[in-house]
Amino acid sequence: MAHFAIVAALAGLAGCSGQRDAPAVQGELSGRLVISGSSTVAPLVAEIGKHFEKLHPRVRVDVQSGGSSRGIADVRRGTADIGMASRALKQEESDLVAHTIAADGITMIVHRSNPVAALDDAQVVSIYTGAAGNWSAVGGKDAPITVVSKAEGRSTLELFLSHFKLAANEVRPGIVIGDNLQGILTVAGDPNAIAYVSIGTARFEASSGRAIKLLPMNGVAPTVASVRDGSFPLSRPLNLLTHGPVAPLQQAFIDYARSVAMRPVVEALYFVPIAP
Amino acid sequence: MTLLWALRFLAAMAAGIIVLVVGFLIVESIPALRSVGLLRFINDPGWHPAAGALHGEFNLGPMLVGTLAAAGGAVLLATPLGLGSALFSRFYAPATAGRWYRRLVEVLAGIPSVVYGFWGLVVLAPLIGQWQPPGQSLLTGTLILTLMILPTVALLSEASLRSVPASYLRGTAALGLSRWASIHGVVLPAARGGILTSILLATGRALGETMALLMVTGNVVQVPRSMFDPVRMLTSNIALELGYAMDNHRSALFVSGLILMALIAALVAMAEWISDERLHA
Repeated sequence: MAHFAIVAALAGLAGCSGQRDAPAVQGELSGRLVISGSSTVAPLVAEIGKHFEKLHPRVRVDVQSGGSSRGIADVRRGTADIGMASRALKQEESDLVAHTIAADGITMIVHRSNPVAALDDAQVVSIYTGAAGNWSAVGGKDAPITVVSKAEGRSTLELFLSHFKLAANEVRPGIVIGDNLQGILTVAGDPNAIAYVSIGTARFEASSGRAIKLLPMNGVAPTVASVRDGSFPLSRPLNLLTHGPVAPLQQAFIDYARSVAMRPVVEALYFVPIAP
Repeated sequence: MTLLWALRFLAAMAAGIIVLVVGFLIVESIPALRSVGLLRFINDPGWHPAAGALHGEFNLGPMLVGTLAAAGGAVLLATPLGLGSALFSRFYAPATAGRWYRRLVEVLAGIPSVVYGFWGLVVLAPLIGQWQPPGQSLLTGTLILTLMILPTVALLSEASLRSVPASYLRGTAALGLSRWASIHGVVLPAARGGILTSILLATGRALGETMALLMVTGNVVQVPRSMFDPVRMLTSNIALELGYAMDNHRSALFVSGLILMALIAALVAMAEWISDERLHA
């Protein structure tokens, strides 16, 4: 998935320009920090890690991307110092502590030429269960709908399913994708496709000219502002996770990631910084 | 003497690695095979492994069909094209053109699979989608795969055509045979073994290809009813889900790997059988 990494890196570069002075941390930190988990959070944490390494030259931050469940498993097993998850913790995960560093929403996207301007929840459900096979059933032109869904195990899929109260085997996808960018490229190449992806990635790609359109959800526009004030229905926290006692190095990184200095980095990736 | 032992050691190491890989696949597959059972991998109504052994569905059958259909289709397309390309550059092309043509095929062989996939995703799939939506389909996958294995068939077949002794060609020339008659009657039969090997190697590559197909086949787990239906390969299944899989889901993905290994083993056995029975009969 090399080129997806390249895009993530480019997005990261954009983040560098907005760099500010970071808060000073007492004492000399050193060592290696292994962070693993969600592929949505990974580009952000990788960028934060670069700034952190500059601040503490004797620290190495190693970010591995592989899904929220992987992040949870790794931090529990101790193979990672910090986990990353693009969702809130579940009840059975109460042995972990979540440190929210940003928020993100999941939005429906369609091709830019698609005349449909909004879909309500019932319409999205009928599209994804295959009940509405044609755009004319939801107020669009007469064309078959290409339903794009995510592969098993992704937290975006879990969130989407729980929001629309669907079971995994009720969804009738026409195309199954891995990460957000693959979904965006698929929709940009198919005038009749619909997909759900991270608002952050979708806004970034739409602003760089990709032929996609973000749809409002229940009348709420998918913007940074609506995710921040909580009015956007399908939003999620981006979390760093720790298990058990937190070492000074871990704590310093978490504090740094949550600090005001990282706001421009978070915003450059079209995520929503935590208050204030 | 030392050379002999060094070679023995290296051979043992190569064999040992294969044994280790297969052993690892089996060990990782056992939890799923035990709690899900072999039968459910072909009998379940679908593939939804994230729900766990009890509520999940674990049917790998449609992906096996997808893999075989795409690989089979690609080999059927690439064999005549590759052989034609080999014959052209060996016997028909002018010397300079032939040399440049061969370089071109070599470049084609060197393009990373993710580049083919990217091209397929942004160019080929939308093109096919205009004609038969959604575009990401078995056909798109087969075409991309054909492009990828074509150089293997072309380059290896050409090498085996070159290894046909020049005396054979002088013989056919002395008999006054036309170019096509000498190719058809003498060169191709003499190079048959090498050409078959090239096809089998290409088949192996087609079965194992992952990244490019992940990007162009649509990845829906279903038995395709037409060339325009999206399908998922066993390989893409592993690549799509391994990073996100836990417990039995993860273990079930190793079962996909085991099935792929079995396919490749069957292919190698077939290659052995062909070369023993057909070539030296």
